[in-house]
Order: sequence, then structure tokens, then C-alpha cells
Amino acid sequence: MELLDQISLNLQNGLDEKVAVLTKDAIEKQIPPKEILNSGLIAGMNIVGRKFKDHDIFLPDVLLAARAMNGAMELLKPLLIKEGIPIRGKVVIGSVKNDLHDIGKNLVAILLKGAGFEVIDLGNDVPAEKFISTAKEENAHVIGMSALLTTTMPVMKKVVDLAKDEGLYGRVRIIVGGAPVSKEYALEIGADAYSYDGANAVETVESFFPVNS
Amino acid sequence: MRPLFRLLSDELIERIISEARDILCNLGMEIHNDGVLSMLSDHGASVDSETNHVHFTADIIDKALAAAPDSVKLFDVMGRQTHDLTGHNVYFTPGSAAINILDPHSGEIRKPLTADYVEYAKIVSRLDNIASQSTAFIPSDVHEKISDSYRLFLSLLYCEKPVVTGAFTIDAFDVMKDLLVAVRGSTDALAAKPLSIFSCCPTAPLKWSDVTSQNLVDCAKHFIPVEYISMPLSGFMAPVTLVGSLVQHTAETLSGVVLSQLTRPGTPVIYGGSPAAFDVRYETTPMGAVETQMIDCAYNEIGKYLNLPTQAYIALSDAKQLDAQAGLETSMGATLAALAGINNISGPGMLDFESCQSLEKLVVDNEICGMTLRLARGIEPKEDFPSQPIFEELLREKHLLIANHTRKYLQDEHYFPGAVIDRANSSRWKEEGSLTIGDRAKSEIAKLLGGYEPTGLSDDVLAEMNGLMKTEAAKHGMDSLPHEDL
Repeated sequence: MELLDQISLNLQNGLDEKVAVLTKDAIEKQIPPKEILNSGLIAGMNIVGRKFKDHDIFLPDVLLAARAMNGAMELLKPLLIKEGIPIRGKVVIGSVKNDLHDIGKNLVAILLKGAGFEVIDLGNDVPAEKFISTAKEENAHVIGMSALLTTTMPVMKKVVDLAKDEGLYGRVRIIVGGAPVSKEYALEIGADAYSYDGANAVETVESFFPVNS
Repeated sequence: MRPLFRLLSDELIERIISEARDILCNLGMEIHNDGVLSMLSDHGASVDSETNHVHFTADIIDKALAAAPDSVKLFDVMGRQTHDLTGHNVYFTPGSAAINILDPHSGEIRKPLTADYVEYAKIVSRLDNIASQSTAFIPSDVHEKISDSYRLFLSLLYCEKPVVTGAFTIDAFDVMKDLLVAVRGSTDALAAKPLSIFSCCPTAPLKWSDVTSQNLVDCAKHFIPVEYISMPLSGFMAPVTLVGSLVQHTAETLSGVVLSQLTRPGTPVIYGGSPAAFDVRYETTPMGAVETQMIDCAYNEIGKYLNLPTQAYIALSDAKQLDAQAGLETSMGATLAALAGINNISGPGMLDFESCQSLEKLVVDNEICGMTLRLARGIEPKEDFPSQPIFEELLREKHLLIANHTRKYLQDEHYFPGAVIDRANSSRWKEEGSLTIGDRAKSEIAKLLGGYEPTGLSDDVLAEMNGLMKTEAAKHGMDSLPHEDL
């Protein structure tokens, strides 16, 4: 079996140590890092995502695959940076100001990381300004916000408005989620997208960054 | 601990059995079958051949109960054991012998066709929580004289699971038995590994017809398991009280045990039934009534007291479509039955007083069965003590989604229903088309049919079965059978 297929398969099975060994092997064999990333790791994660959606596998399996992905990314990242290859995308994520709920947000962060995105997790109770300043400093591609209370949802609008003021709007994509949030609300406040769960958030962010671009 | 639900005290069970025995001995049964009457007479029962009346004796009842085995094992078409009907083991079987089907496309209740039956058998082959098939409905596109044997033939052809069935006439038994023997290879092999249960129904109150009593005798001769389906109707053809109905059910069922065991001691029998409350407003026999389900669970306790495997028509509904009533009645019945430890729980798929099968309901009911099977396994500690280490891990890792403990016990502790049960959040549900349970059941059916795999029967066996069925059909003027054109 081809090495990259093996990486994909072992990643699907959540075998992090094996994936790390195979990734090292691929690097030593001079396989271009971008190819290892796209045809090995991301290819594997795509299959994991599809199987999860079809209920063939469950969340623990996705997280195990994500852990294997993270391990391999640690090895690949310096090489990708060295070759000037942009990483898949950088996401600033957090639960909004006055909202201390972060279970859903954490899950989204784990899954995004697992899908090969760089995630800057600001935690919970994050003020609108902090989302914007971090996105600017880090040259982030996406801002992800979570709210579990109807009373904290307006912070999301504030972030969108600030993004407009600061000239980030349109350049940095804004995605929102959480129990009281809806697709309609996202549209209303001018966010780019709404996601109803973790896997859907990954799909949405992926749609901003097609693999071959 | 396995959770158990009980309705009767041992004292009450003993009294009911004692009253039922007195009725069998003092009032007797009416049996319209000379051979059976003569057999009973040979064993010391007093028979009045003018009135077809027989008074049982305590001795033959005791003998029969002593001879009846406490377990019935079933084996699938390929000879693998699938059932051990004993103790508190529970298995689900679709409701049987419906005269109608709920058309999945038009929503109309209509006569079923062979094509419907083939779809049904294929679907059952893929439902994890339904352990056996039943000859669930009667194809209306074949001669009525072969409608019973043809159902069994189609079931054996398209699904490997054992079959709960029944003969509508005395003659039909032979070809049905021959089909079963064809699968196994010999009568002895069929006796060693039963493939089918025949339902045999006494007639309320306290009667056996010529056909059903002869079916009992014929099954016993070939060591084919039977389940007795006594049907007292509380307040109409049985006393209105649940205890009174139980006395009648016990008497009728015990008489069946006697007929089987006198024919061939040790023949496998199942203490079953399909009693019902009688709704004096609508003149109907509600299977979803709580009292019906209470009688079922209670006679199951009596059967267990007599050390016999049990069965009941209980996980079903009287609704006319896949609606909330269908769900609530079926769930209540399935839950009570599983908690009561009824060994063979019949009913899934059935609507409209056991007269209408619905394939959509069947796939929904498969999930009800899955949930109740989980319930029946109860709660047991699994590496839960001492508890501190797992909580340390939770606090350290912030979640337990990929903990070894989670990975080891997730699938064992939690039953994950298929896609017909909606567990998506409302946004996802909307995004995926706001599908109703009926829509989801339809797409599940398409998925199950798409993944169907033929049975492993050899070409020789298939040829023999085809030969038997074609000969039988030819006797009734049918040169070809509808499944050949599918």
C-alpha cells in the first residue's frame, strides 16, 4: 500500500503513534509536505468526517483521528512554514462575553484542529474587541463564536460590526453557533455562516478553504 | 441486576392454575377432532363423542406438564442457533398473519402482494433487534389454499431467520413441514434444530377446532415447536376481570399442553397467547390496551411458574397509521413484555388489531425493540469502582470522549438507534429537510433493501423447495408463482 494511503488508513483508525511514525517516514522519503498533508492526513480526515455523518463511526473515533492528525501536524508544520506553504487556515475561537459555557466551543476547537486548521482558542467570556484584535494580530482567516444564552448573543453582532469598522469584514469569515443561535440569526447580524454542531462547523470552515486552493 | 416486572403473587398464580384445572376437569373442553378425542380417551379422560366434549383428569394434566421441556431453542436457515426461549431471555418477532398492508406510497390500507412479502422478508433479514421472522401477512395474489405455505416458502427463500408461522388447514401442514425438512435435509435434522414455530389457536371459550387441534398433533409428531394462542376477550368471551380472563387463558393453554405432550412427550411447546380487553364501545379487541398487556404479562408469569417458555402478541398497536398512538402502544407493550421476560415477544410492524402490517412501522419498532432489549439488560457496574481515577482523568483531560473507559463501554452501555429515531438538534433536523418519522422510515427501508444479501441456501435445497411449492401451486391451478417475476 502506498505510504500516504497508509497514513490515511491509520489516521482513520485513530492510531496516533503509527501515524506519527509513517509521517516521519514520508518526510524522510522526501514526499512533499503538502502532499503528505492533502493526500494522507486530510484525505483520511475527510473519510472520517463522512463516516461520522453517516453514523458509521462516533465522536470518540473522530477525536482519536483528530489526535493522530494533531501529532502529525506537529511534525509537518515546520516544513510547511519553511516552504512557505500556508497552513490550512487559522481560526480564532471563543465563547462570547459573559458566556461561561464552553463545552460546545471546545468540541468545535478540537474538531477543527483535528481537521488540520490552526486554532487559537480564546476560552470563554471573550469580549468582542478581543476577537477582533487577535484576528488582526494573528492574521486569522476565521472568527468562530459560541453563545449558549440569548442574553449573550448580541456580542456576536458587536463582533460583526467591529469587523466592519476595522476593515476585516469579508476578509475574515465569521461563523457562529450555540443552542439559541440559528441560521436566521446569523444572517440577520451579517455573520458568514451558522453551524449546528461540531462536525458541521468543520464542514463549514472547510468550505471556506477548498483543499486544492 | 436484570429488572423484572411482576403482577401476580405466587399465591394468586397457584389459585388461578388450580381453578383452571378444575374447569378442565369439571366443565371440560369441546374438541372437534375425533383422533384427538380418542387419544384423550385412551389416556383416561372422559369423552362424549356426541357433543365432542372431553373432561380432563388431574393425572393427564400433571403428566403433560412434567413432560413439557422448559426451553425451546431455534436455529436459523443455515443451522446456527438464534434463540434459547427460556428463563427471562427475550426475543422479538414481527406480528403475524395480517390480511392487509399499509401501502408505503399511498398511505392506503390494502391487500398485500407477493412483492410486498419479499420486501418484508428482505427487511427483516437486516433488522438487528428482530430475532425471527413471522409469516407476517397473507399475499393476496396467490390461491388462498396455498397462501399459508407460500408465505413460509417466501420467508425461507429470502431471510435466514427462524420463522413463526401457522397452517390455515390440515392439509397445508404437510407441505409446510416438507419445506422445513427440505431446508434441514431430514425430519430428524429438523427435530434436532427447530427452524419454525407453529401458532395454534384454541377458540374462546374452551374449544379446539378440528384444524388447530390437528395442527398441534401434527407438530408434536414432528417435534416442531408450537405456541398456543389462547384469545379470551375480557367481558365478552371471557370474564370481565383480568383474573377471570387469566383463568380461562390458563385452562385453554393447559389443554393445549396436554394435547401436545400426550401426542409426543417432550415435544417443544410455548405458553403463548393473544388475549384482549374487549372495548364495549367500539366492539373491538384493542391490543394496545393496558389491560390486554397486563393479561399478557400475567399469563407469562403463570407460564414461567409452570416452567414453560412464553410468548405474547404485545408489542403492537391498534392505530391505522404510523402515528403517535402506534408508537405509544407499541412501546408500552414492548417495554412491559421485556421487563416481564416474555421469551418470544410478537407484534412489531403490526397495526389495526393485528390485521395490518406496515414496513415503515416495522423499522421504527425495531428501534423500540433495541431500546427495550437495552432496558432488560439493566444496570451493572463496569470498572466503575473505585470511581476516583476516572474523575481524575475527567478533570485532567476536560472530557472523557476518548478515555479508554469510554471506548471500552460506549457501545455496550448505550444503545444507538438507527436514523429513524430523530436525535439531531433542531437546526440540523431542519437542514436535513424537516423529515417526519415516516419519511425517515421510508429512506431506511430503501437503505435496508439496497444492502440486502441473499441467503446462503444451496442450489439443491432451493431447487427442492421450488419443486415442492410448484407442485402445491399446480394442485390449485397455478402454473407460475408471482415471486418468479420479481
